Amino acid sequence: MIINLLNFVPTIPIAEGTSWFVNWLTNTFSFIFFPIREHLGNFMGWSTDILGAIPPVIMIALVALLAFIITGKKFGLAAFSIVGLWLIYNQGLWDRLIETFTLVLIASLLSVIIGVPFGILMSKSKTAEAIMKPVLDFMQTMPAFVYLIPAVAFFGIGMVPGVFASLIFAVPPTVRFTNLGIRQVPNELVEASDAFGSTPTQKLFKVELPMAKATIMAGINQTVMLALSMVVIASMIGAPGLGREVVSALQRSQVGPGFVAGISIVILAIIIDRFTQSMNTKR
Amino acid sequence: MAKIKVDKLTKIFGKRTKQALKMLNENKPKNEILAQTGCTVGVNQASFEVEDGEIFVIMGLSGSGKSTLVRLLNRLIDPTSGNVWVDEEDLAQMNPVELREVRRKKMGMVFQKFGLFPFRTVLQNVEYGLEVQGIEKKDRMKKALESLELVGLKGYEDQYPDQLSGGMQQRVGLARALANDPEVLLMDEAFSALDPLIRKDMQDELLDLQTTMKKTIIFITHDLDEALRIGDRIALMKDGSIVQIGTPEEILVKPANDYVEKFVEDVDRSKVLTAQHIMKRPETINIDKHGPRVALERMREVGISSIFVVDSNRNLKGYITADDASAARKNEIKNLDEILHNNIPKVEKDTPMNDIFNIIHDSPVPVAVIDNNKLVGIIVRGAVISALANDGEVKLENDY
Repeated sequence: MIINLLNFVPTIPIAEGTSWFVNWLTNTFSFIFFPIREHLGNFMGWSTDILGAIPPVIMIALVALLAFIITGKKFGLAAFSIVGLWLIYNQGLWDRLIETFTLVLIASLLSVIIGVPFGILMSKSKTAEAIMKPVLDFMQTMPAFVYLIPAVAFFGIGMVPGVFASLIFAVPPTVRFTNLGIRQVPNELVEASDAFGSTPTQKLFKVELPMAKATIMAGINQTVMLALSMVVIASMIGAPGLGREVVSALQRSQVGPGFVAGISIVILAIIIDRFTQSMNTKR
Repeated sequence: MAKIKVDKLTKIFGKRTKQALKMLNENKPKNEILAQTGCTVGVNQASFEVEDGEIFVIMGLSGSGKSTLVRLLNRLIDPTSGNVWVDEEDLAQMNPVELREVRRKKMGMVFQKFGLFPFRTVLQNVEYGLEVQGIEKKDRMKKALESLELVGLKGYEDQYPDQLSGGMQQRVGLARALANDPEVLLMDEAFSALDPLIRKDMQDELLDLQTTMKKTIIFITHDLDEALRIGDRIALMKDGSIVQIGTPEEILVKPANDYVEKFVEDVDRSKVLTAQHIMKRPETINIDKHGPRVALERMREVGISSIFVVDSNRNLKGYITADDASAARKNEIKNLDEILHNNIPKVEKDTPMNDIFNIIHDSPVPVAVIDNNKLVGIIVRGAVISALANDGEVKLENDY
């Protein structure tokens, strides 16, 4: 009797519904998805080509120089970059590195371009915050693999769906931290800005965003790291790069090549992390 | 014509403000309103007028609604009911554009914790108000530099706020407010975060500036000494209502109710009382008429060892001592000039008693109280002590 109570309602067709919905989206909005796939794909191809065309020696030297400047004339990060990048080159993974880097760069840029405005909106409106908070929670807790399925439906396989999946997975920290950063601006500064007759836009750009900069940068750092971690997963739907090496090593049970590709990702992660963090400490 | 007119200004925080307002109009007490509606009354039907060029102090303890009140004056907080007129323009009727214009041109504000932008240099902070008006870089820099010079911070333009001391930071805050050349200055506990010595310096400086600027200043404070020192008039607030408005003397001498009386009870009298309150009528001799003999005679009469010397117009010339006078008489010196001491300890008649202590401590003779270099009284050590100890006997309205 009690067991029957649970069976009272037949299985709700959530899976079917979702499939139908994604199909419908794909078919209805193919006129949007198709050009995105086309143009973004081309753009990313060029970016990879341009970055790949730079001789590795010059690239490593540039990165080291930039590291030296950005860390305030310290040698640590510069030295690490030289050794780390050389090691990746030495292992014959330079081209994969460039592909991964392009993917992370584009996914992160798009995340920031989309995430910061949403964060601002969220900080300005209680309704927006109430709506977006659960959505962000959902985006972050849903297993990242799941995003690959609609990504393929919308954009086929390759770099573009990889960016799409990374974007959804990586954008929440930027939105959250932007919201937090703006809400944390001391009330007295907001009042000062108002008291001198600032327009809302002036207040945002002259006071709130500069004050929230450190927090927003921390969010962007998180976003970049998440985008990088998504790179391996995105390789399952054909995104090129270091992740593909990991996936193919996994499929063939090759511990050695898997480790080499893995360590290359770690090196890239450390360099990117330190770069984005050092940008934050400057006044 | 009043510069600012406030009429029954009320602010209620909470959701059911209409009901709370109705209860307030029925004179229900604050705690009953809170219990029934969940609303807090921030400011309760405050009415006052501030004249052009006046320093109007709003004073009250924390939670009395004074900070809310000052924010209602430039609508950083929107009032629940009541009106504010600035130059006979109703602030409540203004749309955002008009309101911005008033904030940009007419009102400057100084904040308790300075409200400086940490990522901007001192100069950029001072420029802020001009920058949002879209004034050209060159012009706003010129005005900002003038403003900085006015508050004594020339040379600090390129520092960041966190490189300055608290007092200097608040000077930047003041300079920022002055750069717009507003007619009205709102100062919300502007000096409360500073330590006492710096605070006193800033008060002096504000008063100095005010003699030339002639702004209308609304100054919020919780410190009665500060209120008495700088205020032309003081409004005392309690629980969101204004309980008394008056000059410092009126507040001290005629407290409107027990609350005010209790408040002023603990006033440090040494800061409120000035030389004219404790001075007494001086014994003098006239340098144009009298010689050592008369001087000695008069000193003997009243039993003092020195006497102040004035001319026929009561201009203070100096003092002579009994010893010198009797020596002069023996040596047959007729003229007082030769034995006159010029280094007279003297104070102006409105010098606070606080500043008299040191002078009188080092002085062998009573301190002369002068007004336009005319001798109006003297202060002896005993008078200072009795004024502090025996406060009831000091007459605040001294008619000499």
